[in-house]
Amino acid sequence: MTWTWLIGAVLFLILAPLAGGLIAGIDRKITARMQGRVGPPLLQPFYDVGKLFEKERVVVTTAQNFYVLAYLVFIALAGALFFAGGDLLLTVFAFTLAHVFLVLGAYAVHSPYSHIGAERELIQLMAYEPMVILVAVGLYMVTNSFYVAEIAAVVVPAILYLPGVFIGLAIVLTIKFRKSPFDISTSHHAHQEIVKGITTEFSGPTLGTIEIAHWYETVFLLGLVYLFFAWNPVIGVVAVALTYLAEIFVDNTTARVRWQAALKTGWFAALLGIVNLAILSYMTLGGA
Amino acid sequence: MQTLLFLILFPIIIACLLLFVKRTALRYVVVILSALAIGGVSIYLLVRYVFAGAVYFAVPSGTVDPLMLVIEMGLALFIIYMGVKFKNYLAIALAVVQAALLVYLETTYSGSLHVENNLFIDQFSIIMALIIGIIGSLIAVYSVRYMETYHHHHPEVRDRQRTFFFVIFIFLAAMFGLVFSNNLMWVLFFWEITTITSFLLIGYAETEEATKNAFLALVMNLLGGVAFVAALIILAATAPLSGGIDLAGVLSSGDAAVILLPAALIGFAGITKAALMPFSSWLLGAMVAPTPVSALLHSSTMVKAGVYILVRFAPVFAGTLTGFSIGLVGGLTFVLASAIAISQSNAKRVLAYSTIANLGLIAACAGVGTYMLVWAAILLILFHAIAKALLFLGTGMIEHRIGSRDIEDMEGLIVRMPRMAVMMFIGMAGMFLAPFGMLISKWAAIEAFVQAPFGLIFIAILAYGSAVTVFFWAKWMGKLVAVTRERERVEKGILEEPWAPLYLLTGLVVAATLLFPLVSSLLVEPYVLAIYGVTARMAQANVAIMILMMALLLVLPVSFMLFKRSAKHLPAYMGGRPATPGRQFVGSLGITREAQTRNYYLNDYFGEAKLFRPGLAVCTALIIVSWILAGVAL
Repeated sequence: MTWTWLIGAVLFLILAPLAGGLIAGIDRKITARMQGRVGPPLLQPFYDVGKLFEKERVVVTTAQNFYVLAYLVFIALAGALFFAGGDLLLTVFAFTLAHVFLVLGAYAVHSPYSHIGAERELIQLMAYEPMVILVAVGLYMVTNSFYVAEIAAVVVPAILYLPGVFIGLAIVLTIKFRKSPFDISTSHHAHQEIVKGITTEFSGPTLGTIEIAHWYETVFLLGLVYLFFAWNPVIGVVAVALTYLAEIFVDNTTARVRWQAALKTGWFAALLGIVNLAILSYMTLGGA
Repeated sequence: MQTLLFLILFPIIIACLLLFVKRTALRYVVVILSALAIGGVSIYLLVRYVFAGAVYFAVPSGTVDPLMLVIEMGLALFIIYMGVKFKNYLAIALAVVQAALLVYLETTYSGSLHVENNLFIDQFSIIMALIIGIIGSLIAVYSVRYMETYHHHHPEVRDRQRTFFFVIFIFLAAMFGLVFSNNLMWVLFFWEITTITSFLLIGYAETEEATKNAFLALVMNLLGGVAFVAALIILAATAPLSGGIDLAGVLSSGDAAVILLPAALIGFAGITKAALMPFSSWLLGAMVAPTPVSALLHSSTMVKAGVYILVRFAPVFAGTLTGFSIGLVGGLTFVLASAIAISQSNAKRVLAYSTIANLGLIAACAGVGTYMLVWAAILLILFHAIAKALLFLGTGMIEHRIGSRDIEDMEGLIVRMPRMAVMMFIGMAGMFLAPFGMLISKWAAIEAFVQAPFGLIFIAILAYGSAVTVFFWAKWMGKLVAVTRERERVEKGILEEPWAPLYLLTGLVVAATLLFPLVSSLLVEPYVLAIYGVTARMAQANVAIMILMMALLLVLPVSFMLFKRSAKHLPAYMGGRPATPGRQFVGSLGITREAQTRNYYLNDYFGEAKLFRPGLAVCTALIIVSWILAGVAL
C-alpha cells in the first residue's frame, strides 16, 4: 500500500508523454482518414516536438518561458497526483493552477493575438470548470471517496449512476482536448485559426513544452473517463477509446462556434450533471 | 483577563491621544508604537490562551452597563442630529425605533439582563483577535502615510486626520470588545459602535456622494441593529428557557425552538453587516472611503463581525430550514457577486464584489452549519482577511502612483511597479489558486456540502462560483504581468506609503498557507471539537501535497536565471506588419500606430444591471422565509 502510489506517479511522469504523443499520432491518422487523406506517420507528433526543440529560442519577453515551464510542471504534478490515487478535487484545482500559468504567459507577452487567445482560454476554463468539479462530486456520491485510488477500486459501475454526469463530461472534454467546435482559444486546424491564438508568441522549445503538457493532460483526461467504467478494466479501456473516437468525430464534423456558445454549452453540461446528481441523491435518500 | 481588557481599553486611550496629535511624523510614531503593542499583545493572547479552551471572566458590570446605555443613547442622538442635518429621515426613524426598543428592554426585562461572565475567550475569538490585532494594526500603520498622500492628491477634502485616527482606534477597540463579549448586550453595544465608525469613515471626504453612501451604510446597518435588539428582547423575555442574553447560555440552551427566532434575527443583523444581498449596495458605496478604511472595515474586520456572529450561531442553525435559508442567501450572494465582479473594471469595486462573495460563502457555511462547514468557514475568515487586506492596501498604493484605480490602467505593472505587482500577484493567488488558503477552504466546503443534507444546491453554487472567480482574478493578474516595453518605473514617490505592512501581509499570505495545518490543529479543530464533539481536518497526504505545491511555486521563479542569456528577442506578432517592441506597427499609408488590448468584461452576461436586481429579490424573499420558518418553530 505504502509505496504503490509512488509507482503510479512515476509511471505517469515517464509514460504519459509517450502515450499522449501516440494518442495524438493516432488522432491525426484517424482525422486524416475521416477527411479522405492518408495522414502522417504514427510517430509524427514526436518528430514535430523533437524538431521544435531544435529550433532557435526566440521570445518576446523572457518571462514567457517561466510561465510555460510552470504550466508544464503543474500539469505533470496534477496528473501524477491523479495516477498516484490522490484526491480528485485537489487534482482538478492543480490543473486550474497550471492553466492559469499558461494564460498568464500569453498575457505576459503583451501581444494582441495572444491576448485574445488568453481571454478565450479563460472563457473556456470558466465553461468547463463547473462540470469537472461535478464529476469529482458525482464520483464521490457513488463511491464515497474523493481519492482516485478508492474510486478506481470500487466494484460498482459508476456510469450507471452517473450517465448525465458522464455526458456532461464528454461535452466539456471537447473543450479540454482543444477540439472543434470549442477550440476557441487555439486550434490544431489551420482552416479555422487565423493566428495561433493563445500560443501565437510561443515558438521552438517553448511551444514544444506546451505540446508535451497537452499530452500529459490528455492522458489524465482519459484516466478521468476510465473512472466511470473502472469496475471492469476491459470495458473501461474500450469506453475510453470510444469516447476519444467520438471526440475526433465531433472535431471533424463541426466548425468553431463563438465564445458565447462555448460558455453556454459548458454550463449547460454542468446543469445536466446537477440534474443527474439531484436524482441520484433523491434515490439514495429514498432507497437507503 | 487583563489581556482582554488591555486590548479593548488601550486603543481607546490611543484614540483619545491621537485627537491631540497634529503633526504626521509624531502621529506616525504613536501609531507604530501602539500597533506594536496591540499586535504584540494579540500574539501574547494566542500564547496565553491557545490551550485553555473557552475561558469565561466575571467582569463586574455595575457601572459598565449604565455607561454603555448612556453612550448608546448618545449615539442615537448623534444619528438624529446627523439625520436632521442631511435630511435623512429613515436614519432618524431607525435610530428612534432602536433607542425605544432598548429602553423598553432595559425597563421591562431589567431582571433578565444580568450576565455572570461578561467577557470570554476561546479559539475562535483568538483567531478574530489576531486578525484585528495584527492585520488591523498593519493597516493603521499604513494609513498614516496614506492619508498624508491622500490629502496631497485631494486638496479639496477638509483635513480631518485627527478625527480619522481617533475613529480608527475606537473601531479597533470596538472590534476587540465584540469578539470578547459573552454578554449579548455588550456585543450589541460594540456592534453599534462599529456601525457608527463605519458611517463616519465612509463620509470622510464630505462630498455629496460620500455622505449619501455613508447614510446608505448607516441605514442598512441600523436595520440589522434593530433586529439585534428585537432578538435580545425575545431572549430576555424567555430567559429561563433560552439562556437570556448570555451568549454561551443561549448556544448551550436545550430549547432549540425558542432560540431559533432570536438566532434568525441576530443572523439577519449579521447579513446586513456582512453586506450580503440584498444589502450589498452599502459595501459597494463604502468604496468612496479612503482605501485603508476599505481594507480595515470593509474587507478584513468589520464585515467579518457579521459572519463571526453567524458562525457563532451555526450550531443553532444546523439542520434547521431557517439556517438553510440563511445559507442560501449566502450562497446566492457568493455566486452572483462573483459573477458581477467579472463586469467591473474599477479595482476597488472588483475587490468589494469579491469580498461580498466570500462573506456570502462563509454565511452559506454557517447557515448549513455542520461541523466541517464551520471548520471551513473559520479558515475562510482568516485567509480572506489577510489576502484582501493586502490587495486593498496595494490598490491604494497603485492608485497614488499611477493615478488610477482602473484595472485597464494597471497594464504592465510588473514593469512599472515590480515589487507592488509581485505582491498583488501573491495576494490574488491567495484568493483563488491552489495551494493557497482560500482555495483550501473552498475545497473543504465542497467536501463538506456533499455530506450535508440538500447540500447539492450549494455544490452547484460553488462549482459555478469558483469558475467565475477564476475568470475575474486571472484576467486582472494578466493585466499586471503583461511586460510592456518602454514604460518608466514609478514605484518611488515623493510621498511614500510604508512598504513594511505590505511585505508583512504578503509574507502572511504565504505563511498562513504553510502554517495552515498548525492553525487548524491548534485553533480551529479544538473549537469545532468543543462544540460538535467531532472535528474536520485535512488529510495528512493532502497537506503534504499542498506544501509540495507551495515549495514548487517558491522555487520556480529561480528558473528565470536559466532563461536570461539564451534567447533572442523579437517584437510581438502584428499581423505580419513591421512592428516595434513597444507594440507599434506600421499601419496603412505608412503611419505608425499603437496596438492596444482591453480585457473582456462580458457586460451582457455578467453586468450589474442583469444580475443585481434578481439577487435582491430572491435574497429578500429567502430572509423573510427564514423568519417565517423560525416563527413557525416557535
